Amino acid sequence: MAAQSQFAQALLDPAQPVPEGVIDPEGRPAGKRFDVYRNNVVVSLLDAMETAFPVIQKLIGAENFRNLAGLYVREHPPASPLLMFYGEDFPAFLQGFTPLSHVPYLADVARLELMRRSAYHAADTTPVAADALAQVAPDKLMDLRLTLAPSLRILTSAYPVVAIWNYNMLPDAPKPPATSQTTLITRPELDLEMQEISPDMAAFLGSLQAGNTLGEALANATTNDTAFDLTAGIVLMLQHGLIIDILS
Amino acid sequence: MLDAQSIRPDQVPNRAGVGYKAQHLDDILQNPDSIGWIEIHAENYMGDGGRPIAQLRHLRERFAVSCHGVGLSIGAEGPLDQDHLNRLKKLVDWLEPGLFSEHLAWSTHDSHFLNDLLPVPYTQATVDRVVAHINQVQDTVGQQMLLENPSTYVAFEESDRTEIAFLSEVASRSGCGLLLDVNNVFVSATNQNYSPEGYIDAFPTDLVGELHLGGHEEDADDFGATLLIDSHSRPVVDPVWALYEYTLAKAGPRPTLIEWDNDIPEWDTLATEAARADRLLSSVAARAD
Repeated sequence: MAAQSQFAQALLDPAQPVPEGVIDPEGRPAGKRFDVYRNNVVVSLLDAMETAFPVIQKLIGAENFRNLAGLYVREHPPASPLLMFYGEDFPAFLQGFTPLSHVPYLADVARLELMRRSAYHAADTTPVAADALAQVAPDKLMDLRLTLAPSLRILTSAYPVVAIWNYNMLPDAPKPPATSQTTLITRPELDLEMQEISPDMAAFLGSLQAGNTLGEALANATTNDTAFDLTAGIVLMLQHGLIIDILS
Repeated sequence: MLDAQSIRPDQVPNRAGVGYKAQHLDDILQNPDSIGWIEIHAENYMGDGGRPIAQLRHLRERFAVSCHGVGLSIGAEGPLDQDHLNRLKKLVDWLEPGLFSEHLAWSTHDSHFLNDLLPVPYTQATVDRVVAHINQVQDTVGQQMLLENPSTYVAFEESDRTEIAFLSEVASRSGCGLLLDVNNVFVSATNQNYSPEGYIDAFPTDLVGELHLGGHEEDADDFGATLLIDSHSRPVVDPVWALYEYTLAKAGPRPTLIEWDNDIPEWDTLATEAARADRLLSSVAARAD
């Protein structure tokens, strides 16, 4: 076990010497030859981070991003060969990185980028027919549990993350307002859709996603003084093909 | 759009294929006859669904596919990742690739995936470990694996046999086939100071199920010796084309992949490389007739 441990540690830590017994064809220590592996590992992971977090890269600049991601990839090498999901600890890393504490929304923007990625690769599903809920007897409606599409993602943030994402990725998107935003990500077919939703809509969808009945979700989405608009919730789910099964 | 010509070929033909990149999808669908098959990196299609898998299902109706793993870590000292093997099995089950290959290398250690093809010492202990891992892979996936010769930049003091002796014993004990990457031969031969033609002469070419061609970069080591780096970022260089012809003369025609994974060019550039391999393949096939 020792040889590959030593090799792996030296790959991620340039301060460590070339592992013992790793040589050139003349039997001399490998030096720059070993650095090829060091470079391959770090550069390929930096490329994976750039693919994963294009908005973070725009927000802090390409060079800053490369330096920051360089710290990240050495501290948090991937735990899986599926690099399409790499970077899952990056939001927490950003949150703990004090030199960037004056840009407090970075962590949530990184969360949004990760959610978009996982939604993009989520399982393909077929929504129920638009009139499926209409077939249910009215007195049974509140007892239903709905299976929602596995690509559905919700992000609640104190920052205007949808607007920040749009401003950096879409031409002609307006400047982000100074407000909190709750984001809904859906994938009706193969393309992602993203929009801002109200916090009570997020509570409603999140409650259904957690396996609660429609009645329970309605209660969870109803704050002290305002009843949740159940019709609006159902319309939104049908519009985005979010209901994939109805369990009575 | 392809439905009318859905032919779903299984066997990878003795023609040139390319590593599939999503930006080339439209070009490939418009010129399907410009390549004989496609190769995919298995790990890119291990999500649960979405566009990458939808595109690959579509392409599979028209093309034979070679499934090339880059994450199994066959040469690791530790055990293989069973979850990853199961994902591979799931992919192979629906994709039904005509060829399936992995590398003589390791990339995972202590559950850290290092995303490079790292070298192994050529010893009996490594042979035994690699054979055990390949047996496990072939038993799980239910298909023969082709093991690819690596590009190497370093050597190990403890190595006590040649790469070819190593690969030959692994193949004969595990029943795996071999993927002969001609560019890797050229890169390793330059970096390790041996003759690339001598390597081909000694290689058990009857076990070769697929050939790879790719571009490399040139650098120098601490002592000024040429150090070639397998970058898959450039056209195949003329000496590698010459070594490819030398290989075909000995091995006969084999499915040949143009690998281009970084600084990916326009389709025409890639198709031109594939056409060059195709010309050499048909001339060697004609000579054999």
